[in-house]
Amino acid sequence: MMALRAKGLGKKYKRKWALRNCTLDLGRGHVTGLVGPNGAGKSTLLNLASGMLEPTTGTIEVCDGVPGSGPAQLAKVGYVAQNTPVFAGLTVAEHLRLGAALNPGWDDALATARIGRIGLDPAQQAGKLSGGQRAQLALTLGIAKRPELLLLDEPVAALDPLARREFLADLMAAVVEHGLSVVLSSHLVADLERVCDHLVVLADSQVRVTGEVEELLATHHRLTGPRRDLDTLPADQQVVSASHTDRQTTVIVRTTAPILDPVWTVGQLTMEDLVLAYMSAPVPGRPALEVLR
Amino acid sequence: MTWLTWRQFRVSALAVFAVLAAFFVVLAITGPDLVGRTTFTNEDTLYVSTVLAMYLLPAVLGVFWGVPMVTRELETGTHCLVWNQSITRTRWLATKLGIGVTAAMVAAALLSLAVTWWASPVDALAAAEPEASLLTRLSPVVFGARGIAPIGYAACTFVLGIAVGIVLRRTVAAMAVTLALFAAVMVAVPLLLRPYALPAVEESVPITAESIHRIIGNESGLEAITVTNPAGAWVLSNETVDSDGAVATSLPDAVQGCLPPPPGDRDSAAPPPPDRQTATECLAQLSDLGYHQRVVFHPGNHFWPLQLLETACYLAVTALLGWFCFRRLRHLS
Amino acid sequence: MIEFHLDGRSGLSPYQQLVQQVRHALRLGLLREGDQLPKVKDVVTDLAINPNTVLKAYRELEHEGLVAARPGVGTFVIATLGGTTLAALGPLRTDLRRWLTKARKAGLDDESIEALFLTTFRTATSEKLA
Repeated sequence: MMALRAKGLGKKYKRKWALRNCTLDLGRGHVTGLVGPNGAGKSTLLNLASGMLEPTTGTIEVCDGVPGSGPAQLAKVGYVAQNTPVFAGLTVAEHLRLGAALNPGWDDALATARIGRIGLDPAQQAGKLSGGQRAQLALTLGIAKRPELLLLDEPVAALDPLARREFLADLMAAVVEHGLSVVLSSHLVADLERVCDHLVVLADSQVRVTGEVEELLATHHRLTGPRRDLDTLPADQQVVSASHTDRQTTVIVRTTAPILDPVWTVGQLTMEDLVLAYMSAPVPGRPALEVLR
Repeated sequence: MTWLTWRQFRVSALAVFAVLAAFFVVLAITGPDLVGRTTFTNEDTLYVSTVLAMYLLPAVLGVFWGVPMVTRELETGTHCLVWNQSITRTRWLATKLGIGVTAAMVAAALLSLAVTWWASPVDALAAAEPEASLLTRLSPVVFGARGIAPIGYAACTFVLGIAVGIVLRRTVAAMAVTLALFAAVMVAVPLLLRPYALPAVEESVPITAESIHRIIGNESGLEAITVTNPAGAWVLSNETVDSDGAVATSLPDAVQGCLPPPPGDRDSAAPPPPDRQTATECLAQLSDLGYHQRVVFHPGNHFWPLQLLETACYLAVTALLGWFCFRRLRHLS
Repeated sequence: MIEFHLDGRSGLSPYQQLVQQVRHALRLGLLREGDQLPKVKDVVTDLAINPNTVLKAYRELEHEGLVAARPGVGTFVIATLGGTTLAALGPLRTDLRRWLTKARKAGLDDESIEALFLTTFRTATSEKLA
């Protein structure tokens, strides 16, 4: 049972492709980070997964169902949109009532407990909450409906460091307790490093790389050495990005085999290095890189 | 969803019904005074305000109920929140439409009932005395302020507001467009469509001294005459026609002398104009010349058939707009 | 009960840091046989990290024979570090001194020695864990 499966997924607005050739397989029980520049297609992908948008090409299946296709499917997927919209005129308690009325699987005990733990006043109007409190309220609505997959579009962008840490801690607690799968888009690589075990890098409306974080970090290396032509590298070393000075070549490669050439100094990459390498790499000639589980 | 829709809608709904209630009180107090009155003018303030209120209500419902129901959610982004709470967009819209259209129709029905009841003495007077030049309930402006037609207007304008809101997504622009379309329709239907909804009755009235009602002329001479309207009717045309059936654009020279043109300032020595009796007897010569008056009208008993037809048409358009809204909903995001 | 922390600049992945911290605690005597390791849920809530990270660390420690998981109850320490390793420290220290002398003679300065040691250490560690 997959959390999200996309094949050749694409979305076009008027003349521009917001997302192209997206092929992804995300298993259940994982926290997947979605990272990329603004306008790369992260929000589009999340909107397609939640059923807010319809694909132009390709298919997408979420929790083994077509997104947005009826109440049963909608109950399986939770979505917290960017800027965490809430009804300004309704109180916190009325939002919980909304959740209870509209969701068949609503867990009221969980919602009330969470609101109490965060310290929100149930009688407070949602329009008067701070950014962090609004995000927590939106997250409560997403978690208490007990979905199988939770989609979060930059939920912590407007939060202070403490609020951010609390938000992520609560999210991880929900993953442990309920076996939730999460797809989380964010710019903050430090956060993604802590909470994600899967990574998807989007740039230029296409998927650049996807895979398990541990595996990606283990198979990507930075090679530094005297200046040389990249054609001389072994075939199993896939070049992700390269830069040259007149004396030195620095290249980031992906390979499962050990690097035997003694002329190279081999260095490890942090997640940020990895993300930056793929975000700035030129578009590959063929469609998105092969899927890794 | 019902609870949520009501919770979001309750302020607008209560505001409109509160104003209506106040209006009903005014009508209830002044209503009994009208019974048995023999003189009335159409310029009476309260009469004018009842007609205005009947046309204002559908506009308000479309602009302040219909448009914000959709655009406020789209502008604040709360549709992202609601559509991801295990209800489909269709159910969301269906609930909003159901509650809104019902409330609109109830408000219009209540107001129409109150106004029709209040104005019934005036309408009876207008129907009984065609000489009084009062607007009958069939006349274009008053027709839309009576009976069941306002229910159709209210339902249609409300759903129009929702449709425009779905297409334009911005509150202010949608409000302006809804209002403009409403005004255009309210002018176009009585002018272009309603006269042909049912076949009008054509009557040939002989021109006699008793039947002549109005004489129209200017400095260059007499132009036309009209005969008395049939009681309670909506007259579409009242024209002098010659023996071949062609409409006379101006009266023949033979009768021009019946009523000399009004004297200019220079001509103070001119003789005083003849009295009405002499003038009409003189103009009755037109019959001898082969002229008669052709009156095309909808008689008083066409009122309810026209009302039913018009309401049915507006409700059909409402259904069509509703279908359009559901189709268009899929493309919203 | 020990408390975990993450060092963003240590160069080790989060789960490796957790393993290291448990071993360190065992060595220092902060954890003894029979003590319970923090529950996965508590670690996750304190540190805001992925539960799979914690699970992987605990599995690694179990693989090394240091802890054992009791389903439904928790993860408990079953062995200690120390003792045998303490005895081997003397010869190891001497070997290290000799290597340092060799490196200095080869002309390496302090920074080069540290760089050489760290890269070799890290490569060897990741090869062992992979």
